[in-house]
Amino acid sequence: MLSTMPNIDTKLKLKISGLTRSARIMRAMTFYIPVIILVLLVLTAIFAPWLAPHDPIKVSLLERRLPPAFVEGGSMKYLLGTDSLGRDILSRAIYGARISLSVSLLVIAATAFVGTALGIAAGYLGGRTEAFLMRFTDISMAFPGLVLAMLLSVSIGPGFFTVVLALSILGWAPYARLIRGETLRLRNSDFVAQARINGASAWRIMLIHIFPNVINPLIIVMTMAVGFMILAEAALSYLGIGIPPPDPSWGSMVADGRGDIDRAWWISTFPGILIALVVLSGNFFGDWLRDKMDPRLRQL
Amino acid sequence: MADILLEGRELTKYYPVTKGLLQRVIGYVRAVDGISFTIEHGKTLSLVGESGAGKTTAAKAVLLLERLTSGTILFEGKDVYKFSKSQLKTQYRPRVQSVQQNPWSSMNPRMRVRDIIAEPLVVNTKKTKEEIRSRVLELLDQVGLSPDQADYYPHEFSGGQRQRIAVARALALNPSLVVLDEPVSALDVSIRAQIMNLLKDLQEQYNLSYLVIAHNLATVRFMSHSVAIMYLGQIVEYGEAEALFLKPLHPYTRALISASILTLPEDEDQNVQKIILSGEMPSPLNPPPGCRFHTRCSEAIDICSKVPPEVRTIGTQQVKCHLYDDPGVQSASSK
Repeated sequence: MLSTMPNIDTKLKLKISGLTRSARIMRAMTFYIPVIILVLLVLTAIFAPWLAPHDPIKVSLLERRLPPAFVEGGSMKYLLGTDSLGRDILSRAIYGARISLSVSLLVIAATAFVGTALGIAAGYLGGRTEAFLMRFTDISMAFPGLVLAMLLSVSIGPGFFTVVLALSILGWAPYARLIRGETLRLRNSDFVAQARINGASAWRIMLIHIFPNVINPLIIVMTMAVGFMILAEAALSYLGIGIPPPDPSWGSMVADGRGDIDRAWWISTFPGILIALVVLSGNFFGDWLRDKMDPRLRQL
Repeated sequence: MADILLEGRELTKYYPVTKGLLQRVIGYVRAVDGISFTIEHGKTLSLVGESGAGKTTAAKAVLLLERLTSGTILFEGKDVYKFSKSQLKTQYRPRVQSVQQNPWSSMNPRMRVRDIIAEPLVVNTKKTKEEIRSRVLELLDQVGLSPDQADYYPHEFSGGQRQRIAVARALALNPSLVVLDEPVSALDVSIRAQIMNLLKDLQEQYNLSYLVIAHNLATVRFMSHSVAIMYLGQIVEYGEAEALFLKPLHPYTRALISASILTLPEDEDQNVQKIILSGEMPSPLNPPPGCRFHTRCSEAIDICSKVPPEVRTIGTQQVKCHLYDDPGVQSASSK
């Protein structure tokens, strides 16, 4: 009788923890793999000059559209092949990480900050403040984005900060909408009423009682936006109003290879894979972060 | 009566009802319609009534969460509405605290218990971190929680424990008056007695006044010194708790009491006849003429549907009912 006890005990523990061994490994993987990918990409972006085997913008017309090393006809000199101007795709992808990641992170930080601040202010203060801010948001959403980007590009010249500015001006409105909705829900909650009974100022309520409770949806939207911003930057680059050539960004690389997709698939495919990796990793990481930041889910 | 802490005089709250694109006002919901009450130092007043009777609106008015349409609230003899913003912040808000009905929603889920209880202190006092820390531990001890629970989040507690936390928060500033909005109705029956006992102990210890909002008469009877029965925005009967429960005068009060399992062994009449009220409470948008209760009253007489009754004082009770207009009717209808 007694000898069976430990056995029961371990089985029980598994049941209590709610997860089988393989499920827990899966859960750990969905955290570690995306984090490792993201860290590697960020390190790649930082150390690009040391990692890239070739100059990313050096044209070599004799070596156009060389296939990757592991495909017949490829050489070890260009591991991922070359594009239509004979530039090394690996080197361009490594340098492209710099531009693509920094554009999307900067834009997300700026839009989330502005959108959250305006959303909370509109939702909590109500009245005319809300009416004004929300009409402003509507106007921003109704404004054709490409026209604005072109306008900026023409007036201050194309470049990195023009792209960041254009995408930021276009991107904050959805945050403001979302956060305002969440704030409206929280404004009528019992604990906000309690804070008002205590005499807490509007500032304090917005900062301490409302902001921490809108972080969940905020993080989800922010991580979803990583991929979207990389694609948006690509779209601008494709139209010639993004990062000016020959500087590489993943988006412009995909766009460059579009015409050659039938004879040189590798030109678009490798930067495309990178974009997909970042988007997926960002989403998984966002899910994990959201669970971590919610005290109600932390123990699970 | 020099011992009065807070007095409400002829409080009314009308909510405008608007219609159409131009927000034309088509009428008013008379949530609270001319109620008066007094709360003495160290005593408990309960506001009792069905949903929609206006008791929560009255409590919100006392907490200054709703601006009244008319009427005055006197706090220690001073008109609360004449306080300046800074006077409110120093002389009124810290001294009038509240415990809300639902302990699951009255706390910020992102804050630790330590910070939840400390919130009133942080907002209203200039205490140092160390002083606040020790005060929080003291408060936890007073409401029967242990100091090591200070770093937990609210979701890690049961309903009863959460209500204890809410009580600790309400006491943080040493208030004079605590508004208890259905303090135990969201709790399991087995926990209610604990919380009510805690509240009574604290009342004795600190000479606290309570304004209790409740619909459960057992709670009210256990907690209160005086009781105001509300119906459709008006107080229909008001008096000392024991007297009112033993000898309810207003037909509505009698119906409420007969509907609850409330009789104690020492009560004379163990077989109180059940009075079942029919129908719903009429809309406060368009209250019936005369006595507001006459549509559901089993003892209604002709005059009830025409003339609003005046307040009559009978013993320690005040009642708004035509049955007591003529002193001769009084004895006949009290049973």
